Amino acid sequence: MATHLASLDTQPDPLLIAGRELGSRLLLGTGGFSSLELLADSIKASGTQLVTVALRRIDPNARGSLIDVLADAGVSLLPNTAGCYTARDAIITAKLAREAFETNWIKLEVIGDEDTLMPDAVELVRAAEQLVDDGFTVLPYTTDDPVLARRLADVGCAAVMPLGAPIGSGMGIRNPYNIALIRDSVTVPVVLDAGIGTASDAAQAMELGCDAVLVASAVSRAKDPVVMAHAMRLAVRAGRLAHAAGRIPRRTYAQASTPDAGRADFG
Amino acid sequence: MITINGQSQTDIQAGQTVAAVLERLELSVDARGVAVAVDGEVIPRSAWTMFTLNEGARVEVLSAMQGG
Repeated sequence: MATHLASLDTQPDPLLIAGRELGSRLLLGTGGFSSLELLADSIKASGTQLVTVALRRIDPNARGSLIDVLADAGVSLLPNTAGCYTARDAIITAKLAREAFETNWIKLEVIGDEDTLMPDAVELVRAAEQLVDDGFTVLPYTTDDPVLARRLADVGCAAVMPLGAPIGSGMGIRNPYNIALIRDSVTVPVVLDAGIGTASDAAQAMELGCDAVLVASAVSRAKDPVVMAHAMRLAVRAGRLAHAAGRIPRRTYAQASTPDAGRADFG
Repeated sequence: MITINGQSQTDIQAGQTVAAVLERLELSVDARGVAVAVDGEVIPRSAWTMFTLNEGARVEVLSAMQGG
């Protein structure tokens, strides 16, 4: 039994998206790190194999090359369409990302509101459909709506990435019931994206049946990003194991764990 | 007038190529992680040395940035 348990920590448990195996179920956003060195150390501590990058106007004064740091870390890139508010902009951005990073994987974000950064469902489905037709492997950032998640899967998205709470809010999973419904409603991988504040949120996502978790701000803006990256790695693993182990049902009243039989009678 | 990343340029003229724009930004045509759009159309890397800019062209030169 001891051997069996020890092997649980090391045995491969790859995440399969669009036929590609990833050795870690933790995806890391690269936004918010105060230096490329801190990013590199956090990537290592997280054990991630897939990290997001954005495309922006080139900065002639930029110090160090993000691309070189990520190549040295040995991680694959998941470009995003952050900041796009229309299907048209997201599609152009995805095509530019394909040129820049030589990958047809895209984290599709089509934002509908600048305060909450919630996705625009109508534009999102429209963009997803066109990008799938154009040969992209589309991972859409979506709301926690099971119907929308199913529509995205139906148009051919390779995974769905529902939010737990607004981007960068650290509010955790506001509607765990919906996340579990999403897991039941699609056959593609479900990646909990956005809202994670700390390790227990990541564990909860996995316990709800999510296949992976994407964290960015929770790590990059933690007091110690490298230690938090490691904590997230452990949390994702713990949550994954707990989900597989099967939690006990919730009860309203207590159920004694010590049997009544054999109880002493003290008169 | 040609616009590069939102700024009007005087030293890049209509008729010059995307590759000339990259040179102006001190980038080589094989620079990693760079993409170019002209007037909202993606210009593939393979076309950078051939694609010439029309008068009034709006050029976007993008690269990897931390995000997501």
